[in-house]
Amino acid sequence: MLEWLNKKMQQQFDFKRYIIVFFITLGLFLTAVYLSNYFSDKKLNQLKSIQDKISIDILSSETQFSLLSELSCKNVSDSVLSGELSELGQKIEWGQNNIGTTEELLYLKKYYSLLQIKDYILMKKISSRCGKKSAFILYFYTTAQNCSECEKESIVLTTLRDKYPELRVYSFDYSTDLSALKAMLDIYKIQDTKLPALVIDDNLLTGFHSMDELESMVKESFKLQDIKTIDEKKTVK
Amino acid sequence: MNIISGIVFVLTFLSVYVQVFFLITFLERKKNILIRTGSIELDEYPGVTIIVPCYNEEKTITITINSLLNLDYPKDKLQLFIVDDGSKDNTWQVIQEFTKYENIKVFHKKNGGKYTALNLGLEKVETPFLGCLDSDSFVDSQALKRIMTYFYDKDTMAVAPSIIVDKPKNILQGAQKAEYDMAVYNKKMLAFLGGIHVTPGPFSIFRKKVFEDLGPYRHAHNTEDQEIALRMQEHHYKIEHCPDAYVYTIAPNTVKKLYRQRLRWIYGFIRNAIDYRRLLFRKKYGTIAFFTLPSGIISVLSVIFLFIMLSYNLINFIVRKVIQINVVGISNSFSGSSFDLFFFDTKTIVFISIILYTSIIISLLLGRSILEGKPRVSFDMFYFMIIYSVIAPFWILKALFNAVRSKESSWTLEIDKRDARMVKQKNATTI
Repeated sequence: MLEWLNKKMQQQFDFKRYIIVFFITLGLFLTAVYLSNYFSDKKLNQLKSIQDKISIDILSSETQFSLLSELSCKNVSDSVLSGELSELGQKIEWGQNNIGTTEELLYLKKYYSLLQIKDYILMKKISSRCGKKSAFILYFYTTAQNCSECEKESIVLTTLRDKYPELRVYSFDYSTDLSALKAMLDIYKIQDTKLPALVIDDNLLTGFHSMDELESMVKESFKLQDIKTIDEKKTVK
Repeated sequence: MNIISGIVFVLTFLSVYVQVFFLITFLERKKNILIRTGSIELDEYPGVTIIVPCYNEEKTITITINSLLNLDYPKDKLQLFIVDDGSKDNTWQVIQEFTKYENIKVFHKKNGGKYTALNLGLEKVETPFLGCLDSDSFVDSQALKRIMTYFYDKDTMAVAPSIIVDKPKNILQGAQKAEYDMAVYNKKMLAFLGGIHVTPGPFSIFRKKVFEDLGPYRHAHNTEDQEIALRMQEHHYKIEHCPDAYVYTIAPNTVKKLYRQRLRWIYGFIRNAIDYRRLLFRKKYGTIAFFTLPSGIISVLSVIFLFIMLSYNLINFIVRKVIQINVVGISNSFSGSSFDLFFFDTKTIVFISIILYTSIIISLLLGRSILEGKPRVSFDMFYFMIIYSVIAPFWILKALFNAVRSKESSWTLEIDKRDARMVKQKNATTI
């Protein structure tokens, strides 16, 4: 009887099966981890190549600008479409939330901030030399602490930029460790206690500003037309 | 959130583990799955008694009894006991008509719950085998013969059938059909491993010795069919599963009815698992201790955590959308942002979820292939996955909540509530 029971118990408890299944499951999970890493890497590479392209564009515009000097303002193209830069910004931010703040991403973010500053300086030069007024907003936010106002302001600015394609929004994370950015912060006297902060037409605005407020300000200082009126004009033509 | 995602990670790992465990067993043992078509002959036909407990079943009881009368089994070897558990409708009158059959006996008793009705029948059983059939189910004519072949093995003490949802008429019943089909596969695999934890009310057949040795049915939190199986496992009584013995059951056709049924099942599972916790991870109890009971607990926890995760994400999304609408107005919040593959989430948990869902689809298909001979994809499977992931958390949470508070959900109450009129009447008399 005891022997029979023992045999039965062995039959029922098959330790090997549990181990084999464990390793198969582990294998499946490692595959999932591998796939996730693979795609994250791919995305980071994609970001790098976008950034390289933008960097070349800016450099080329700068060079073009120096070569042509004041002679033909007409020929100076907008270095980078504002959409491209902002798309890169969105992707980096998404990466930070979803891939995690890795060394690589922090590096990309620094580079991105630098590109924005370069683009900003170039645009400023073009506008002063060619007497063409460009619409800029400098936007300073923080990710170091929970800043709900920043989140709201970001939404406003994204919407605003979609509405006015000529508007350039340069956004800077206060906590990015970059000397060029520190200089910008000094110039505009941005303090981390007063975020979000906006610089429009050399005026400093701190705290949250609503869509309507900014829209009227932008319209007034830059005489911008929103996307609808542009579309309407096109159809009239 | 980090702790929660850690828990989710572990639970998904365990859930995939369970599916792989079944799959490995299937690949190893698929040749041993016996599916017969057509009639078979047995060397001998031992006496079998089928007990049908009923409570307010005037509408379905006739079909149930007729299906038993149509069983392909010698009439003199088959006894039917119909036990009316104090029905308030015409069940008693309806079953009277069957007294004309020699092999049918009817009993009436004061309402005391299904297990009392079964025990009344048990006391009168004189045959070496017995079974029961819930009065919302009916059997295929070949079911009993096929089941009896499993008793050729002297060690087999009970055999569970394959339960199939009868003619699903709506999406909810369709979803349940997919679920029941998958259960056939799971049950067969558990049978191979000796780890079955339920001998379902519809047409499980036992040796009479089981009850002589282990005693009658118990209340067992209204899931006596789970408790008796656990008790048998505790005493190393072998439970088999006969995949080609088909029993058709009428699945709840509304969410409310399904909710009540599942609340009772899950509550019963939790309470019985607590009552039999001494079996857990004890080597001498084998599969039931290391696999069946733990995987039940895992599935309860998984569904709850999946639900928490989904709700968290949904609420997050809504909050963000609301902020967006507040800040820039409705017209501006739905425009722009074109589709970009870059923003497709490729976190590890996404791939793990894909693995988990794929493994569940495989289980659904294997269940169907056992029953129908080939794996057929149907909408039922998607209804099952969608509907259950939305509503199952509610009955599981409620069952868990009730288990903590030890609040029973009763079988009779479940049937009572099927008929709102009945409840009103009850209220009227108490007033």
